[in-house]
Amino acid sequence: MNVSELKEKLGLTQVAGTDAGEVSGCYIGDLMSLAMARLEEGNVWITIQTNLNVVAVAALKEAGCVILADGAEPDADAKAKAEAEGIPILVSKKSAYTLAKELGALSV
Amino acid sequence: MSNGMKFRYPVDGNDFTRAGEISSKVKKQLKQLGLPPEVIRRVAIIMYEAEINMVIHANGGTIDVEITPEQIRLVFSDTGPGIPDIEKAMQEGFSTASHEVRELGFGAGMGLPNMKKNSDEMKIDTRIGVGTIMDLIVKI
Repeated sequence: MNVSELKEKLGLTQVAGTDAGEVSGCYIGDLMSLAMARLEEGNVWITIQTNLNVVAVAALKEAGCVILADGAEPDADAKAKAEAEGIPILVSKKSAYTLAKELGALSV
Repeated sequence: MSNGMKFRYPVDGNDFTRAGEISSKVKKQLKQLGLPPEVIRRVAIIMYEAEINMVIHANGGTIDVEITPEQIRLVFSDTGPGIPDIEKAMQEGFSTASHEVRELGFGAGMGLPNMKKNSDEMKIDTRIGVGTIMDLIVKI
């Protein structure tokens, strides 16, 4: 599934990056070292962290996209870095649990 | 260090806005050299954790990267406060990071364990009040 389809199916708003890339699998967490260890290439990363370190980790691990849950919004530095690194950031008012259930139902 | 391609990078202390930049640069270089993705993944994790540690704890430092056909050697040198108890620092979940830093998602106490897990050799030389040198090898 690509980011564009994901956006449509989960009702997400994109705030940075392009929507052409493919995503598969998911990691949920807010601690950088754990994300660094566990994120896999192409994963959807659901977090509530909004600073640019999220983008740095997502880029290093080649995550498919980042979804900020619970209405979190990226700060300006994070947005600028996401544009530079080409990491899609999507935002949602839904909880990480709800988003994960929906991703599961879509077999992402 | 023996023969091979050598690179040196300075790390800015207390600059979270640039943390991860050197890791990203090295990762791109390794990709250009056509190294196996698994090796690149391991180096990227080690580099990022070390870079963040230098920013959080040591007011910056220097990263030396040496690439030979057999291995990648990463040496992280800082003039920070040193590590009082290495055994504790190597335990998953142990962290001395400040509350402020934890709010950014750091201080999980996984930094050094992640570095060890992803390297084939790891040596730590630390002196209180003088600094720390971490010397890691990832075999290709």
